[in-house]
Amino acid sequence: MQILVSGIAQGCVYGLIALGFVLIYKATEIVNFAQGDMMMLGAFTALSFIGFLGVDYWLGFFFAILCMAVFGYLLDKIVLRYVIGQPQFAIVILTISLGFIFRAVAGIIWGHQPISFNTPFTNQIVNLGGVIIAQEALSIIVGTVLLAILLYIFFTHTKLGVAMQASSQNQLAAYYMGIPVKVIFSLIWAISAGVSTVAGVLLSPISLIDAEMGFMGIKAFAAAVVGGFGSLPGALLGGAIIGLSEQLAGAYLPAGFKQITAFVIMLAVLTIRPEGLFAQIQRKKV
Amino acid sequence: MSLFRADNLAIHFGGIKAVDGVSFEVHKGEVFTLVGPNGAGKTTIFNLISRIYDPTHGTLHFDGHEITEVPPHVIAKLGIARTFQNIELFEHASVLQNLLIGRHAHRKSHFLGELFFTKATRAMERAHREKAEEIIELLDLAHYREQMIANLPYGVRKVVEVARALCTEPKLLLLDEPASGLNVEETEDMAFWIDDIKNDLGVTIIMVEHDMSLVSEVSDRVLALNDGRMLSMGTPSEVQSDPEVIRAYLGGDA
Amino acid sequence: MRILFKTSYNDDIRLMKHGGYLFWYGLLLIAAFSAPLLLDDFYIGELAQVVIFAIAGLGLMVLVGFSGQVSLGHAAFLAIGAYTNALLIQAGTPFLIAFPVAGVVTALSGALISLPANRMTGLYLAIATLAFAIIVEQILVRWESVTGGFQGVAVDAPDLFGHQLWNPWELYLLCLVVLILVILGVLNILRSPTGRAMVAIRDSEVSAQSMGVNIAKYKTIAFSISAGITGLAGALMGHKFNYLSPDTFNIIISVQLLLMVVVGGLGSVHGAIYGAIFVGALPQILALARDVLPPAVAQTAGLEPGIFGLIMVLFILFEPLGLYGRWRKIKLYFDIFPLYRKATFKRQKAYLKTERMK
Repeated sequence: MQILVSGIAQGCVYGLIALGFVLIYKATEIVNFAQGDMMMLGAFTALSFIGFLGVDYWLGFFFAILCMAVFGYLLDKIVLRYVIGQPQFAIVILTISLGFIFRAVAGIIWGHQPISFNTPFTNQIVNLGGVIIAQEALSIIVGTVLLAILLYIFFTHTKLGVAMQASSQNQLAAYYMGIPVKVIFSLIWAISAGVSTVAGVLLSPISLIDAEMGFMGIKAFAAAVVGGFGSLPGALLGGAIIGLSEQLAGAYLPAGFKQITAFVIMLAVLTIRPEGLFAQIQRKKV
Repeated sequence: MSLFRADNLAIHFGGIKAVDGVSFEVHKGEVFTLVGPNGAGKTTIFNLISRIYDPTHGTLHFDGHEITEVPPHVIAKLGIARTFQNIELFEHASVLQNLLIGRHAHRKSHFLGELFFTKATRAMERAHREKAEEIIELLDLAHYREQMIANLPYGVRKVVEVARALCTEPKLLLLDEPASGLNVEETEDMAFWIDDIKNDLGVTIIMVEHDMSLVSEVSDRVLALNDGRMLSMGTPSEVQSDPEVIRAYLGGDA
Repeated sequence: MRILFKTSYNDDIRLMKHGGYLFWYGLLLIAAFSAPLLLDDFYIGELAQVVIFAIAGLGLMVLVGFSGQVSLGHAAFLAIGAYTNALLIQAGTPFLIAFPVAGVVTALSGALISLPANRMTGLYLAIATLAFAIIVEQILVRWESVTGGFQGVAVDAPDLFGHQLWNPWELYLLCLVVLILVILGVLNILRSPTGRAMVAIRDSEVSAQSMGVNIAKYKTIAFSISAGITGLAGALMGHKFNYLSPDTFNIIISVQLLLMVVVGGLGSVHGAIYGAIFVGALPQILALARDVLPPAVAQTAGLEPGIFGLIMVLFILFEPLGLYGRWRKIKLYFDIFPLYRKATFKRQKAYLKTERMK
């Protein structure tokens, strides 16, 4: 049961990172390889507020999300706006490089020692029908679900959300319709950065914060692939699947398998059903 | 003599019957044109013939073989070439390089031969180059040989599309709206070239076209489609005066 | 500016388009081969490293620049080539056999990884290669009976007909010869149907297919060639360091390879070479910079990849054609002076059209 919970909790973190990353992809077709590192930056920002400045947890959480949202917005405005429409490999290399820069900068500002801060959930447990579950894990799961619902409502029922979908499918047409495409893209980046921050903060009690924590972003890709690139619910589901599988592999398979579980699953999905669970790719009309 | 035959061809995309129950036969050496309003399914039929789509029903026969299940990249080897409505040229290559890709279906060199660029490979390369040059001469592209597609005007790109298709030495050529976007002069040139392709090269042509004067000028037979279904088939004048066709294009009586 | 008058089809086909090529490249060759006479051992070693990088960079260039597929885990192919070569030699195989075999084995592994990811957009390929690299690293670590795990494998100098190449300049010449052969091979492929097919796939898959190009087959071929070349580079790396361990081939190396390809200029052989020189020179420049920067910055562990990242970002934003592109612009400026217009190379404003409807 423990394995189940921690697997799903870890999976939720993957799912949230994947969510942020699918958001950007759906809107701008940019694959943001720096998503995991954005989570890292979000966690560090929260650390600065809560740990260093002593701000209250929830307030600090909120400020961190806000800061990172602004950061995401600016990132798009200053850097990424200029590469839209360029071939995929240029963009891929760009975002990977950004990831490196983030890591180096984080190392410079916050040092390389893993660190953490106190949350209301640290070391608290909950007793569910006789099974003891760490509150930290539960907070991740609950937080993810809440966020998912929030985003769903946003994208389907608000004008902004629909405009975002339009901009992602045909930028030029969206321009013609009067949609301020550039602003919308920057907002998507802001939302995505915010989502990653949530992931980072929720994760911090379980795994310490350090500059390298963004590496799990790679596993988030596996989640996005499993769920089907471009599908938001798919990203979360994919994350859960991978998180769970990892924990099971760690428990029942020899050493070393846990690290590669995510990738083996991903390669398997790519081979058998490349579109993932909720397929989003269609054929171009010539 | 029948070169190509479509029997009861149909393709359904979900609930939409893009092509439904289309049957026609194309004879060797003729120019057969598909006409119809936008959305009638003409380009879809082309995509079915070049096997980019799989039909939901029906069969395709070419040169005595059934080609309904053939993979798309084998179609060129069998002798069917096509152009694309929205020009699918290789933007960052020169005209000559585009044409040389057209020769791919006739590639006889082996990988190792290419790696070491043996005499045999070199000879084959020369032969390809010569064949491409013949097409360049036929379509007056000598001036543009080394230029990159990205720098060429639209009219020239359309001609390069046709040239590239011709480099595959096809028996059947599918021309998708060859005159769309061309001015009067360029359309005239295109008409002459279609005649040359038919008479000098002996290539059978299936064409999709909206420009009715071009259609009347070059076509031997015409098939009119609407909403994926056949309306009328016959000589250009027969089809143009068919009341069903007129109604589809101009709308029915009140 | 030279105007070429071609008198035969051969003029289109051959590699040395005019006398100038022969002259300048001849000079370059002479300089490259006489380097051991002029430089001392340390610099020869560095030069050998640059040559090895150039080979690996060419391998990646074949994939990224010419067939448009992105690989993020090319270090895996370096590793496979290096270990295969080293282990075969340990088992007694002569170098002249082990070396090409290592290349072939790596090429096959490249084909293997391309089979699943072939069917989706290049994005999936990129992620799949990353996954592949991580899995390969784990295998190298865990398969201790073969690879020695973290203990690593010691590698002797290559043995040519009984003479062991322990001298740095001997190794350098070996690497140089391999580089030249690889360059010729790549150029040959590019001017032949296989190369054209690869480039066609990069630009428009649908029409390439209609011209008779079997997309899956050529993507796999591109991957195999790329992996094979990189494998050869890896084998040479083993000989240069005289030691192999799984963390020799980490993500930093994959990034360095990408850096090479981006900085050098995508889609050209020259680009790979320029990129290799740049990446080879970078650690020296960084070492110098470390003395100048404040300690907080200089000592940080992630500085090297961070700087790499910054350079790549700047290049992608401002000079996407890379160093080779910049060189061409400069050359054109002087060629047609004073008629040069900045707009010659200006990119068209590109709008995003969804790739999901591919």
